[in-house]
Amino acid sequence: MSDGARDLPVGLLSLQGDYAKHEAAFRALGCATRYVRRPAELEGLRGLVIPGGESTTMTRLIDRVGLRGPLRDFAAHHPVMGTCAGLIMLAGDLADEVAAHGVQPLGLLDCTVRRNGYGTQVDSFDAPVVISGLPGADGTYPAVFIRAPRIVRTGPGVEVVGRHGDEPVAIRQGRLLGLTFHPELTEDLRLHRAFLDLA
Amino acid sequence: MQTFWTDPRLDAEFGRKVGLAEMLKGGVIMDVTNAEQAVIAQEAGAVAVMALERIPSEIRKTGGIARMSQPAMIRDIQKAVSIPVMAKVRIGHFVEAQILEALGVDFIDESEVLTPADNVNHVIKHPFKVPFVCGCRNLGEALRRISEGAAMIRTKGEAGSGDVVEAVRHMREVLGDIARLAEFVGDSEALQREADEMRAPYDLVAWVAQNGKLPVPNFAAGGIATPADAAMMRQLGAETVFVGSGIFASDDPGPRAKAIVQAAVFFDDPKKLLEVSMDLGEPMRGRAVNEMAEGEKMAGRGW
Repeated sequence: MSDGARDLPVGLLSLQGDYAKHEAAFRALGCATRYVRRPAELEGLRGLVIPGGESTTMTRLIDRVGLRGPLRDFAAHHPVMGTCAGLIMLAGDLADEVAAHGVQPLGLLDCTVRRNGYGTQVDSFDAPVVISGLPGADGTYPAVFIRAPRIVRTGPGVEVVGRHGDEPVAIRQGRLLGLTFHPELTEDLRLHRAFLDLA
Repeated sequence: MQTFWTDPRLDAEFGRKVGLAEMLKGGVIMDVTNAEQAVIAQEAGAVAVMALERIPSEIRKTGGIARMSQPAMIRDIQKAVSIPVMAKVRIGHFVEAQILEALGVDFIDESEVLTPADNVNHVIKHPFKVPFVCGCRNLGEALRRISEGAAMIRTKGEAGSGDVVEAVRHMREVLGDIARLAEFVGDSEALQREADEMRAPYDLVAWVAQNGKLPVPNFAAGGIATPADAAMMRQLGAETVFVGSGIFASDDPGPRAKAIVQAAVFFDDPKKLLEVSMDLGEPMRGRAVNEMAEGEKMAGRGW
């Protein structure tokens, strides 16, 4: 990507979810943002974030507003970060299709994800995770897991860049980044900065 | 993450509770009374469902004591959908809340729609792992609930009426109170006076004055029946809407549910709102709040 891209805003898929928290994180880093609810709003962006929220709702809305094709095209040429539900939307496929309730991931990140992998809200938790292989973000990171998904398979082109114990919680494939937790809910901006470095 | 409470462990717990409320933003939370309705709601794009035995308009009609729903019915709904499942407890009924927590619901609504179990106290919500949402009519009521541990605030509106007038009033009250506090930033005497008048903790009042918003998500509920109602509440400042009787007391719930979901997303786009408002069939008939006797209103419950 040319140097000019660094002046472009980061897009936030804002059909539903905590996109405003990502907006605050990028603002704190001095980076402009733009809400994306329609295909034309993907023009002229530096990259895109698919936030946390409900993946069933996001699936319905992506298809109703005709964003599925445009999002796939965009991801072929730009960095995209998905957090929690955003990772589910980026995934290749879902474990336990019967319980997927019509969630249709975009099929971009070669991995299999299990929704609500830890249980319901009473099973949500905070834990330190170890990031390695993401320039500028390496080290221990305070992660918030809310009705979080679990990554149960990663393909050969996928690099695990974050672990909770032995379990992958952050993965990268080229300029696609998927996290099972919510960096936007903490004050620690290292992962947002690392994402901007991909852009 | 917010930091208000002196115990840092409470802060982490509260952060996760508010975190789930953040994930629901921009969406629609729908009242459902069985698994079949829950599936319709999820299919329409609801971000969560509220499981209850009778929708508020039915509670109005049939009367009697309205209590927490049967756990078996809530469990059926939990099995049928993968979006968060909420359920209601009576105001002050901490044991109904303990039971719902044991059942693993994702959110508890301590709700004026049910018959209050305590005429003085609300549930102290901090000790629970499960987050709570509570209704309010003004900022003082919102901050009293937050100080008890509520992780989400909604307007009370007038549930089961199909009349949006009270939700509008309550949202304007809350936002008006917040705007008014701005002039007292840094004036601790004035803020203390406001806190006393609102019967709310000083620290929360000072935080709101400083930040110009509630420290937890601010949603709308009570009387929302059409896509236009949902979009109006969003334009007024609500971050998400609850739709109770408005969907399953209408002619054709599926399409209406879908339309309200889109109206919540494209709340600021009149052309889109026109498009989704077409061919929806009849909304719920409803009852005008201005024609109700005081004793019929649910919004007055809560302290």
